[in-house]
Amino acid sequence: MSAQDQPRLSARRICRSFGPNQVLFDIDLDLYPGEVHALLGENGAGKSTLVRILAGYLSPTRGDVCLDGEVRHYRGSGEAEADGVVMIHQELALAEQLSVEENIFLGRELRRGPFLDHHAMRERASETLAELETWVDPQTRVKDLGTSDQQMVEIAKAITRDVRVLIMDEPTAALTEHEVSVLFALIERLRQRGVAILYISHKLREIEQIADRVTVLRDGQLIDNGRMAGRSKEELARLMVGREIHDMYPERSVLASDAPVVLEARDIVVPGAVHGASFTLRRGEVLGFGGVVGAGRTALIEASLGLRARRQGQVLRNGQPVVLRNLRDAVNQRIAYLTEDRKGKGLVLNMGLRPNLTLLNLRAYCHPLIDRRREDQAFQEAIERFDIRLRTQADTAAELSGGNQQKLMLAKVMTIDPEIVIINEPTRGIDVGTKHQIYHFVRELTDAGCSVILISSEMSELIGLSHRVAVMCAGVLTGVLEGEQINEQEIIQYASGIKGVGVDEQRHA
Amino acid sequence: MNSAMPDTKPSGRKRASVDIMTWGPFIALLALAVLGVLINPAFLGLDNLSNMLTRSAFIGVIAIGATFVITAGGLDLSVGSMAAFIAGVMIILMNSLVEQFGAGLTTVLFGVGASLLLGLCAGFINGVVTTKGKIEAFIVTLGTMGIYRSLVTYLADGGTLSLDWGVRDIYRPVYYASLLGIPVPVLVFLVVAVIGYILLNHTRFGRYCFAIGSNEKVAEYSAISVDRIKTLTYMLQGLCVALATIIYVPRLGSASGATGVLWELEAIAAVIIGGTVLKGGHGRIWGTVVGAIMLTMIGNILNLTDAISNYLNGTVQGIIIIVAVYLQRASWRKLAP
Repeated sequence: MSAQDQPRLSARRICRSFGPNQVLFDIDLDLYPGEVHALLGENGAGKSTLVRILAGYLSPTRGDVCLDGEVRHYRGSGEAEADGVVMIHQELALAEQLSVEENIFLGRELRRGPFLDHHAMRERASETLAELETWVDPQTRVKDLGTSDQQMVEIAKAITRDVRVLIMDEPTAALTEHEVSVLFALIERLRQRGVAILYISHKLREIEQIADRVTVLRDGQLIDNGRMAGRSKEELARLMVGREIHDMYPERSVLASDAPVVLEARDIVVPGAVHGASFTLRRGEVLGFGGVVGAGRTALIEASLGLRARRQGQVLRNGQPVVLRNLRDAVNQRIAYLTEDRKGKGLVLNMGLRPNLTLLNLRAYCHPLIDRRREDQAFQEAIERFDIRLRTQADTAAELSGGNQQKLMLAKVMTIDPEIVIINEPTRGIDVGTKHQIYHFVRELTDAGCSVILISSEMSELIGLSHRVAVMCAGVLTGVLEGEQINEQEIIQYASGIKGVGVDEQRHA
Repeated sequence: MNSAMPDTKPSGRKRASVDIMTWGPFIALLALAVLGVLINPAFLGLDNLSNMLTRSAFIGVIAIGATFVITAGGLDLSVGSMAAFIAGVMIILMNSLVEQFGAGLTTVLFGVGASLLLGLCAGFINGVVTTKGKIEAFIVTLGTMGIYRSLVTYLADGGTLSLDWGVRDIYRPVYYASLLGIPVPVLVFLVVAVIGYILLNHTRFGRYCFAIGSNEKVAEYSAISVDRIKTLTYMLQGLCVALATIIYVPRLGSASGATGVLWELEAIAAVIIGGTVLKGGHGRIWGTVVGAIMLTMIGNILNLTDAISNYLNGTVQGIIIIVAVYLQRASWRKLAP
């Protein structure tokens, strides 16, 4: 192990511009062996650009990347990896049709003579996966795995290399609580082995838990860096956003005692995902849905809306049975749905922002040809109402930051003037400032008499916003919590099936 | 990030490279035309130009339909065989109607009607089997391509179906006549192109094609009936094939197993040269028009010169297709941040 006082990898006065836009200004960053260094910042602060430079995917416009005190000019990520600088991507970068072991060893296959040594690769893949407590068969194709398993494979792929610097960009976004704790245990082991770790996350609680040092970026500028000890979550949040955040969660609106039920789902069954779940939603209410990833929350909602096949079940709107065969039927019932998969299902990434905004309710902008002026007008209104920030003059939705994509999606579903808004993981991978705006928007919706269903894996969000929280576990709706019951302990107990109805029977079945 | 910039006009830098993409096919066409004039001044002759445009009308009309299919992420390999099959059925129908209605306009109208109907049905079948059967378009249309090709061979009993001479005289002007000095096929080509342009760029249907071709899931989650729109693109393609066949039949007055061979590849080539993305999500009607004209122009220029053998037509076409796509990809890359 090298001396503790010399940084393993460092950034020296790094600047980076894209065309006329400078996104990084003289950034210094030192990663020490055996330390976890957290990198914080709002969406668009320049974190991703910085780590892509460190990992060799981009070259800096000015400034240097140094490894063990020596200036390195990486011309590609391959050169950085050869130096032991490995990055785990925020977006999964796995070959879907290849098996787990083939992915783990992609590009550096173990060989015996000219032939692949399948046996050795399988063995090592199994060992690594066991270390991650991920019990998947190394021969499964990656496309057949769930998101969190895929994330673990991505991590396995990184740590089977001779890694000296590990860069993790939002590794926990798709992980369950248990997997997060496994990951943290792994990080701890890597730290003891003397690996330098750079960790990007929006979850300040995680940072507090594992980081030794912290660097905060804002608008491409270095705002703060130093030891984590002595810095509080609140202080870091303030540094990231550049202003104090009070009232993260707006006060809940008061629900009228006679508020009518606007939506009801009865006994929804989705083969392999939901076992007979029912719920009601009242006017002006925020109904939270808690549970771990894969508990069937998304499946329940999407099956109710006709986006997935269901075997049985009934949906009632204002007390009347309705048939929702696809999202168009739901839209006609003035139900809006925001998917959790912004990039895969929410926005057409290579399309402009205007067509994305109007896509859900395009007929409102047609008579009969598309009226570009009205589209433009709607877009300008959406920018103002939802505070969509166009850092550069973004041509396509892909160029927006995560937070702005989420705001654009909100604006998109509001074009149908919905009475019920269903939001799935509204703040996944989103910075504090934008979260705050989204929470207040939810409050505005309920004030206006809309009802909201909020599916979230962030406990504090459910507790802070919901009037009631429905909790699911393994496809069963285990309970609906109200009032004082809505707290972390209760939610966890229902989410893990310790409390609640129907779980045991289901498991025995 | 905090500096909100509500001004959303595309920046000058990006606009410039977009322009290269937009105008690329037109510039290439112009360059090819200049080459044509240099090789043989007769190239610019009115007869030659109108002859060339008339010939490009078949592929052009089919390619406009293909632009929709490809933009929406599909592919139709069956168009050439479909054209041959429709031509065969038209000829048999019209020949058999001569006894009843005589060799008159009624007979021709029946033939035309049958053609349009067959085109729509064939497109509908391609569309429904791909969307409802969830089979790749490549496979479905490869299958129907074989089916139509063998059906026309069967109808012609391995030989050639010939149109009744009387009907031919009535039908002839559809290919050979001119209106306001413009050959009828060219007019049809132009009208189809204008309608196609409006449909693709100014209607919901067109916008949905772009969205579906870019990402079907997003389209589904945006309350778009993906299957219906995709099926409609195949029906539009069928309609275009029917129109092309209607102007093709009077040209030779016959159909056989060799009619329309490789038209599907020429149509796809025209679409791709024009800047439509083969995997969907981006389509350009005027690009397709230029692409179709370019393909015909290459053959025409080779006809006017002895420097390169006419037999090498395919070689030159092939090189031009590859170069055109290479140039487009290069400018795509520049677009990326």
